[in-house]
Amino acid sequence: MSTLMSGARMLAECLAREGVDCMFGYPGGVTLPFYDVLYDHHIRHVLVRHEENAAFAAEGYSRATGRVGVCCATSGPGATNLITGLVDALMDSIPIVAITGQVTSKLIGSDAFQEADTFGITRPCTKHNYLVKKLEDLPQIIHEAFYIAATGRPGPVLVDVTKDVLQAQGHYQPIASIHLPGYKVFTEGHTGQIRRAAQLIQESERPLIYSGGGIIASNASAELREFVQLTDAPAVTTLMGLGSIPSGHPNFISMPGMHGSYAANMALSNADLLIALGVRFDDRVTGRLAAFAPHAKVIHVDIDPAEVGKIRTPEVPIVGDVKRVLVKLTKLLAETPAEPDAKRSAARRAWWHQIRAWKDEHPYDTPTSDTEIKPQHLMAEIDRLSGGNAIITSDVGQHQMWAAQLCRFNEPRLWINSGGLGSMGFGLPSAVGAQFACPDKLVFSLCGDGGFQMSIPELATIAGNALPIKIIVMNNGHLGMVRQWQTLFYNDRLSAVQLDAFPDAEKLAAAYGFKGRTVDKPSELAAALEEAVKEPGPYLLNVKVTPFECVYPMVPAGGALDEMVLGPPQPVTVPVGQASRPVPGS
Amino acid sequence: MLQIISLLLENKTGALMRVTGLLAQRGYNIESLTVARTLDPELSRMTIVVDVDSLQRGQVIKQMNKLINVLQANDLTEGPTVVRELVLLRIRTPQESRTAVLKEAEIFGGRVVDSSVEGFAIEVTGDPEKLGEFVDVMSAYGEVEVARSGALAIALDAKKLRLQPPVSTVGQGHAMPLQK
Repeated sequence: MSTLMSGARMLAECLAREGVDCMFGYPGGVTLPFYDVLYDHHIRHVLVRHEENAAFAAEGYSRATGRVGVCCATSGPGATNLITGLVDALMDSIPIVAITGQVTSKLIGSDAFQEADTFGITRPCTKHNYLVKKLEDLPQIIHEAFYIAATGRPGPVLVDVTKDVLQAQGHYQPIASIHLPGYKVFTEGHTGQIRRAAQLIQESERPLIYSGGGIIASNASAELREFVQLTDAPAVTTLMGLGSIPSGHPNFISMPGMHGSYAANMALSNADLLIALGVRFDDRVTGRLAAFAPHAKVIHVDIDPAEVGKIRTPEVPIVGDVKRVLVKLTKLLAETPAEPDAKRSAARRAWWHQIRAWKDEHPYDTPTSDTEIKPQHLMAEIDRLSGGNAIITSDVGQHQMWAAQLCRFNEPRLWINSGGLGSMGFGLPSAVGAQFACPDKLVFSLCGDGGFQMSIPELATIAGNALPIKIIVMNNGHLGMVRQWQTLFYNDRLSAVQLDAFPDAEKLAAAYGFKGRTVDKPSELAAALEEAVKEPGPYLLNVKVTPFECVYPMVPAGGALDEMVLGPPQPVTVPVGQASRPVPGS
Repeated sequence: MLQIISLLLENKTGALMRVTGLLAQRGYNIESLTVARTLDPELSRMTIVVDVDSLQRGQVIKQMNKLINVLQANDLTEGPTVVRELVLLRIRTPQESRTAVLKEAEIFGGRVVDSSVEGFAIEVTGDPEKLGEFVDVMSAYGEVEVARSGALAIALDAKKLRLQPPVSTVGQGHAMPLQK
């Protein structure tokens, strides 16, 4: 049965059919017909204060739930403001759908008011994009957009809709199916390759599981845990994969890479087999590629064929959904146990012994002070209150790395951060999205004083919707990570990194009608955080920390993982395969 | 090295932009690109010649295949393939060279499409390398101007085309594959 309605209403109907209950946006001239429909529609529209934050909030919603996040902006500046969020979602494979308004079809190409070539501009910023100029195409395209966003390697899809399409009247017939003949999704994984993988795993003496965001995207956490259990291999998870293995799991040896743990980086440098699951060998993980995992054969499982072999050629490439591949692989390993082999068993025991030694040798640094709040102290306190169960959204920089090192995550989708693109300003709006998605969860929005000020307008969104987000600003008065690089690599010539004139947190929060305060004494930190968590509404806690702390370990750009700097002042090199305490300067 | 890629893609708005944009974004240099409709008016066949590191060839094809509008991307650099290009060449030549020019054109299988007192316009098709030689030879007889079509290629063995079936949109969250 078809019903006569406007394009704008059709758009809302299609969104509702996709199960959208909440979207983030900012209206404008050409989206007026759509906002008129939203006036009395059950889809909840959250008015943010800048379109970039609509995209970040949609990401936060999606990262917290796995569902497709939705954002909306008007033509021209509205659409261009979405760009950072779209690229952010593209880099981290987050499914979002962005709806943008476009000027009336007849005006396209005439440099009309608020006209921009959104379709052209967003081509490289999205997994796919559409320009809708005919009403009859609209329902089909909306469903295609959701399908493309959510399936395969997830990502952002943008639909640009002209104003005349939103205004036109037409008969709406719900779409029963869509057809994308060229959209190839590989899910199953090649049986022969899975068998080869199982064989390599059984033959390996020093296996290491290297898993990432793909595990979370594929909801494969349970399968991963089962696989870890069965193989009893040590496991590292990337920044994007934190929570896919509970941080307290005995096989978990934290995050690898530029600011990864000593144990994780040493394990990567010495393993004889890498079981790479939903990862893309990012440069922040591998360090100097030529020296990355030099002794390891690689099994690489990814749903995106273009990722397999892009950076490192694997011995066993498996293109498929990591969840399905893990189920098959685990089953195969369980059904065909390896022949007992005394030499291999001894080697595996020695490997574990070595891993534990590395873990004990250089755990993450957690300095404390009686006079100043150390950033690591702040993370430990947040972690204490979270207990590994709160959502922590993070901005980008030093605080992000310390949180990734020191906060526990018992489940996936608790750690929400901008990994690939490293977008400052992400922390606050993504917390808005996450809190709307999970109203009953404790949400910490952890920001630096830089990133916080990039998204400061969203305090109004938080206040207006009474979102009980705990905004924690790790305030070191600087753009800390840039400052760290200037200190370490530019002779401490601190250029344009000082952030003066940070507002009074108590007054700032009060101006928006909620509570806030500044804390700078280590002895008061625990109580201040507890007070923030107890507060039923939003809370802004400005934590003044040591200004000149650096994040360690650190693999200098272009360095090998085992050349990591463990702390100030000297670089330390450990020969591969040697477990002894590194000698400074060697 | 030069890589020859054959693409079968949906003839939709922006499809060409997606292909050229992707090549630019990934840093591959386009040597030539031709595109035209196929027997099925909803599809286009594109032949692209790109200058890439030989290790990157597989990656280029994989990236092309990721484009939603691309039904098939094949690497035709090796294997049984016919590659042809068309060149239109205009030459201004003195009277005494006219016979020689016509002889050379004949050797290359060229066809004179216009003749005037000043010279000729000649059309030649063939292997791109051969056409390069033709242009070099002609340049010896006078001032030439050239328009080349870019390479067209077709595989001599049939490449199996795998198309995805329709999916149902009924269901919450996102579209679900149709029940078989």
